[in-house]
Amino acid sequence: MTLLRVENLAIDVARDGGSCRLVHDAHFTVDRGETVAIVGESGSGKSLTALAVMGLLGEGLSVSGGHILFEGEDLTRISPRAHNDLRGNGIAMIFQEPMTSLNPVRSIEHQLTEGMRLKMGLNRKAARARALDLLNEVGISDPERRLKQYPHQLSGGMRQRVMIAIALSCEPRLILADEPTTALDVTIQAQILALTSRLCRDHGVGLVLITHNLGIVARHAQNVAVMYGGRVVERATARQLYREPRHPYTQGLLASVPRLDLPRDTPLQPVPGAPPDPTVALPGCRFHPRCPKATDVCSERVPEFTISEGHEVACWNAGETVPTKKGAAA
Amino acid sequence: MSDARPLLEVENLHVDFPIRRGLLQRTVGVVRAVGGVSFSIPRGTSFGLVGESGCGKTTVARAVLQLVEASAGSIRFDGEDIARMDAPALQRFRGRVQAVFQDPFSSLNPRMSTGRIISEPLRVHRLRPESEIKAEVARLLDICGLPSRFADLYPHEMSGGQRQRVGIARALAMSPELIVCDEAVSALDVSIQAQIINLLEDLQKELGLTYLFIGHDLSVVRHICDQVGVMYLGRMVENAASDPLFADPRHPYTRALIDAVPNPDPDYESGREIVPLEGEVPSPADPPSGCFFHPRCPLATNQCKNEVPRLDPVEPGHFAACWETGAPVPAT
Repeated sequence: MTLLRVENLAIDVARDGGSCRLVHDAHFTVDRGETVAIVGESGSGKSLTALAVMGLLGEGLSVSGGHILFEGEDLTRISPRAHNDLRGNGIAMIFQEPMTSLNPVRSIEHQLTEGMRLKMGLNRKAARARALDLLNEVGISDPERRLKQYPHQLSGGMRQRVMIAIALSCEPRLILADEPTTALDVTIQAQILALTSRLCRDHGVGLVLITHNLGIVARHAQNVAVMYGGRVVERATARQLYREPRHPYTQGLLASVPRLDLPRDTPLQPVPGAPPDPTVALPGCRFHPRCPKATDVCSERVPEFTISEGHEVACWNAGETVPTKKGAAA
Repeated sequence: MSDARPLLEVENLHVDFPIRRGLLQRTVGVVRAVGGVSFSIPRGTSFGLVGESGCGKTTVARAVLQLVEASAGSIRFDGEDIARMDAPALQRFRGRVQAVFQDPFSSLNPRMSTGRIISEPLRVHRLRPESEIKAEVARLLDICGLPSRFADLYPHEMSGGQRQRVGIARALAMSPELIVCDEAVSALDVSIQAQIINLLEDLQKELGLTYLFIGHDLSVVRHICDQVGVMYLGRMVENAASDPLFADPRHPYTRALIDAVPNPDPDYESGREIVPLEGEVPSPADPPSGCFFHPRCPLATNQCKNEVPRLDPVEPGHFAACWETGAPVPAT
């Protein structure tokens, strides 16, 4: 069953009396127990999309179109109070920077049990017992002592484990993880991602993994949506996307990362130029100024989606596909 | 490409930071940020330093740049010990070595135009008469891939990639021989990162630059560097040319670091079972005994707990500091 379906989501920011569109068209679906990655660079709109699902868009930001269907209910139409009721026990979020997303003046126990007491109606004792179980589950040793501590007494990796425990605490059906390991070292990153994936699989929780790291996507996600300039430009299973990227931007991304499994002198082919400024109107495909395949139509009309074998791409010139280097060698 | 004498030789470098406590700020102990690191960089090549936060890689870079003082050991630049340089020699040294930092948002002065940022070193060191500065700034911008009109822009008017190009242009203004790149591409988006990596490589070829490249992204470091040193808690645990280091890592820590990097290939990744390294890096203020890695090491023995392994050759040119895997395997 589809747990989350985001359709044609648009997000605007109020600006100088008018409004400016930051997200033009985000769409993807997540099933129970499935991991979907949203890949994109800064400013692609991937974090805003997650915040819209959470109902946590900041001041001046608003959903201006589309639907967010969570278990069939449209979150763009429900009251802030109803949205609040869903947070924690329906949808939970793991943020990027565990130092700034944990409250520095509250103990770990307070922060970990707060949700359970509010949302699940547990009393102090029951919440504390569950908190100890959760800390064990996320691999924190000596949980009794850790409960009494404050965020600054924990390492970065441990703080992110606490964040995961908080996200899991009210038994959500969906977790949104926004760059959960960007601030962590590689060995800790591997621990945290393996843990998050395993827990979501075991508990049947849908996971939306927002990242810019193509290696993490390949390792942890079953399905991928690639965002560029506020639009989802390609959507496929992870295997399809890496074997046969169809959008020139996805192809460019894959050709621009150095990788350990190719010879050291494999040249990098960067995407020229820089991502578009969201405040400047840009007709047609948002990628056309940087696109090696751009034709006249690209600067005039927004490309429509074409779908074949479940592989969706929004590009006027995606007809011919360029196999990746790996594919050609295989 | 390389001369007989390396451009930079770091020998047994130690950097200690005092721990001060109490009203009188008495020194009650030291944190050994760098504990006996040696390496050398031949002219025109790139040396990479990798390791996790707190391993001392940035402190090594800062010691080379003379931003922190070495507690022991020596740093020789072009054969000359920088600790013994007199003022004029040190002044020359500061021009011959330049740095590019991680965050192009905080390493450029927001109140200065690009033109002033790039020309400041030229003015301070009186390298060019005022009449030539404008043309020189345009030339520097051009070799970093920016049009000359960028000289009038301020940092906030540029994207992250453009700012990093300005940071590189500023470093090049002194016509340096060695550039210390401290996480110089880490803060950039994927598609921009590749542009800057290619720029650094092109500049190296054209200008014969030597790089000391500090990074935590192993695939980037492997791509850029000819030789790589792996640091853990202030000590160098492995040092080898890039290809043998990544193809055949000898230290269990290097192995774990490489294993932890996910490759952008779902087929490869789904067939790979990695055992993530357990635990976390201990505090440098209270390091373990013996080999610093032993509490997290799957191969640790009693010897590892008690004795510090030396960085010994395991193959010609490939050094590893490990009791279990370090010594060359004797032929049976």
